[in-house]
Amino acid sequence: MSNAVSALNGASFEGYVTVTDMGPAGMITLRGDLGSAAIKKAIGMAVPAPLKITSKGENSVAWMSPDELLALCPYEVADETAAKMTKALGKAHSLVANVSDARALIRLEGADVREVLAKLTPADVAAMQPGDLRRSRLAQIPAAFWLTDDETAYVICFRSVAKYTFDLLTTVAAPSSKLAPT
Amino acid sequence: MLLLRCPYCGVDCDETELSPGGEAHLKRFGPGSEDADFEGYLFQRENPKGVHFERWRHANGCGKWFHAARCTVTLEVFGTYSAQLTEPPQDIKDAITAKRPGWHWREFA
Ligand SMILES: [Zn+2]
Repeated sequence: MSNAVSALNGASFEGYVTVTDMGPAGMITLRGDLGSAAIKKAIGMAVPAPLKITSKGENSVAWMSPDELLALCPYEVADETAAKMTKALGKAHSLVANVSDARALIRLEGADVREVLAKLTPADVAAMQPGDLRRSRLAQIPAAFWLTDDETAYVICFRSVAKYTFDLLTTVAAPSSKLAPT
Repeated sequence: MLLLRCPYCGVDCDETELSPGGEAHLKRFGPGSEDADFEGYLFQRENPKGVHFERWRHANGCGKWFHAARCTVTLEVFGTYSAQLTEPPQDIKDAITAKRPGWHWREFA
């Protein structure tokens, strides 16, 4: 059995915001009719409203598009969870895919997490509240990010650009790069 | 800079979050069609100074295609609407008429 590692292998950086690779994380893409009872049954919690992420225990579900959700769970149970979801969806027109190994999950911690994100994305991060999720871009790559509280944000990007994303975040979070108060 | 509201997720997208998809409401002419129709489908495009209809994709976002009505002179956006429509909905036409009385674009007015 091979030992799964994330692209960044747990790297972390202390700037005016702390940037930490979360290691292997379970991520399952679900596509289908988000208004259906089948989807609700498959995710085991309420379907998040557009541009929101909801959590229950160590699982979360993010709204990605009008017909797509992303379920987050511990890496070890992703395959099993995806199988359960597929079963719960039965004959409903849908798709379930374990995409854990195609992604990276990075955490930002500090009072200025919004500022660090705002340096890299055109999204209105200042207006984002905990529980809001945006799919946008960070510099030149697509990424999704959300706040769990006012000092903690998470970023999801493709595994192939994990190092690029980490380098971006650590550059803009460097201690000397904090913006002057306005 | 262009800001368009994606009608699918409601986000006000920056131009850099979007992919342009060219002119809107093209009617496809395929095998068996008249040469002139096929040529028009492939090559003939509007290039207006004023009201224009385009397709855009919320690429760095929800990934959906949608339509936008805007002015090429002022970059004013009259509205965005579903990609599933084959012509601009009445509320979009009304919004344009309010700002650009007498406008026309292809067969729409
Ligand atoms: Zn969108």
